[in-house]
Amino acid sequence: MSRARRGLIAAAGVPLNAIMGVAVVLAWVPTIRAAVVSLQRAWAGAALGRDIPAREPGLRVLAWLAINAVVGPALLTAVAAVVNTVGVIFYLQPAVNGPSVTFTLSLALLTLSALALAVAALMGLAEARLAELLLGSGGPLARRVRELTASRAAAVDARAAELRRIERDLHDGAQARLIAVRMNLGLARSANDLEQARELIEEAWESVGQALTDLRDLVRGIHPPVLADRGLAGAIEATALLCPVPVATDLVLTGRPEPPVESALYFAAVEAMSNVTKHSQATRAWVRVRHTGDGLRLVVGDNGHGGADPAAGTGLRGIAERLSAFDGTLTVQSPPGGPTILTMELPCA
Amino acid sequence: MRVVIAEDLALLRDGLIRLLSAHGFEVVEAVDNGPMLLTALVEQTPDVAVIDVRLPPTFTDEGLRTALEARRRRPGLPVLILSQYVEQLYARELLSDRSGGIGYLLKDRIGDVAEFVESVRRVAGGGTAMDAEVISQLLTRRSRDEPLAELTVREREVLALMAEGLSNLAIATRFGVTDKAIGKHTNNIFAKLGLPPSDDHNRRVMAVLAYLQAGPVSPDPSW
Repeated sequence: MSRARRGLIAAAGVPLNAIMGVAVVLAWVPTIRAAVVSLQRAWAGAALGRDIPAREPGLRVLAWLAINAVVGPALLTAVAAVVNTVGVIFYLQPAVNGPSVTFTLSLALLTLSALALAVAALMGLAEARLAELLLGSGGPLARRVRELTASRAAAVDARAAELRRIERDLHDGAQARLIAVRMNLGLARSANDLEQARELIEEAWESVGQALTDLRDLVRGIHPPVLADRGLAGAIEATALLCPVPVATDLVLTGRPEPPVESALYFAAVEAMSNVTKHSQATRAWVRVRHTGDGLRLVVGDNGHGGADPAAGTGLRGIAERLSAFDGTLTVQSPPGGPTILTMELPCA
Repeated sequence: MRVVIAEDLALLRDGLIRLLSAHGFEVVEAVDNGPMLLTALVEQTPDVAVIDVRLPPTFTDEGLRTALEARRRRPGLPVLILSQYVEQLYARELLSDRSGGIGYLLKDRIGDVAEFVESVRRVAGGGTAMDAEVISQLLTRRSRDEPLAELTVREREVLALMAEGLSNLAIATRFGVTDKAIGKHTNNIFAKLGLPPSDDHNRRVMAVLAYLQAGPVSPDPSW
C-alpha cells in the first residue's frame, strides 16, 4: 500500500474515530464495544500498513475507549478549525472582488485544504499508533509467544498424527496377524489330522514372520535403531548407503545432540535424500553436517534439475514443520536447472 | 562344535542353547552382556559365536562392537551376528577385515531352524551368511554401479545368493541348473570384479565385499 493511500486512510480515521469516540456511550454493550474496537484496530492496521494482532479485551482496551472518547472528538475540532478558516475565506470572497483576489484566495484555499489533510493525516497516524499500542498485542515478545504457540500446536498435531498412525499400524498389522496365529494354533491343537495340523502350524509360522516384519518397520518409523546405536552421523551414513543416488557424506559431529533434535535432523535428512531420489534426476548427491556457533547445520545437495518448491510438495513442508518445532529453519535453493541445496539449521544448547 | 552364545533376553538365550545343543553343538558359554562376551570369546576361542547385536551395558550395538574387537584380537574368529533389523553399515563393518567366518542374520531366521543351523555351520567353516534382507536392499540400490554394472542379470542373481552364503550346489538347485553352470558364472563374476585366485583370501567373501562396498561414494570435488 502506498504512503499516500495510508495517509488518506489515517486522515479518514480522524472523523471516523471522532464518531466512534462519541459512540463510547454505547460501549457498555459488549458486542458494540467489540465491533468498535475491531473496526478501529482494522483501521489502525490499514493506516500503519501492518497487521495488528488482536489483544484479549482488558484494561488497555478500556483505556483506549476512554482516551478515544476524549481525543477523537477533540481532534475533530482541530480539523474543524481549519475547515472554519476555509469557510471564513469563502465568506470574505464576495466582499473583496477582482481577479487577483480570486486567484490569491483560491491559492490560499488549496493550501489550506492540503494543510487540513496533512494535519488530519498526521493526527490520524498518531492516533493509529496509539490504537496499535493499546489494542494490538505487538512487540517482539508477543510475536515470539505467537510463534511458539503456533509451533507448539504444529508439534502437538504432528505427535497426535504419529500416535494415530502407530495405533493403526499396530492394530491392522502385528495385532491382527498375532490373532490369526493364535487362531491357527488353536485349530491345530484341536485338529485330529496330523497333515492338517502341520498346515495350520505352517500358516501360523508365516504370520508370525509377517508380524515381525510389521513391527520392525514400525520401530524404524518411530525411532530407527541405527540412530539409537550410532547417532546422527552413523544413521545418515546408513541411509546414504541405501540411497539409489550415490551420496557422499561429510559428517563432523562432536558429541550427540538431544535425542529429539537428533531425530528431527535425521528424519529431515532422510526426507531430503528421498526427494533427491524421487524428484531430482540427480546422478550424485552429498550430505554435510557441521556445528555452527550455537547449533547444527545439515546441508543436502544434489546435481539434479532443481525447481524444488517448498510450497508445492508436502515433503519439504514436512521438513520445515519438523524443524520449526525446535526453532529450526529450512532454506531451499533450487533454481530451475539446478542444483538443489537444502540447508537445515537447528539451534541446540 | 564349540559355540559361545551372547543374548540378553533369557527366553531367547535358553532357546538358542536348546536349539544348538539339539543339533550337535556344544554350548561352552552363554553370556548376557558385552564385557563378558569379550572374555568368553578370547578365553574359550569357540568354533563359532552366535551374538545378539544389542547387548548391555549400552543396549546399542555392543554385541557387534565386541565381535569386531574379538576378531581384531583373534583374526578369523567365526561370528554370527543376530539382529532385530539389518543395516548395510553393519554388514560392511563385519566384512571389512576381508576374512571369512561372518554371518549377519535377522533374528526371525532362527525360526527357520534347519536353515539357521546350516548358517551357523557355514560361518564356523569360514563361510558367510548374509541375510536375504541385506542382499535385497542392495539389489534395489546397486543396479547401476560400477563394476557390478558389468555383471549380467544372472550373474548378479548368483552373486546375491553367494552373498547370502549359499554354495554353488545350493544355488544350482535354486535355479534348476547344474553345479557346473553356476561354477562358470562364479568364475565370470570373479573375473569381472578383478579377483584372481589366491591362497590368502576367500574369493567368495571378497566378491560379497565388493558387492557391499560398490558405488562411487567419494566426496564431490565441488565442495
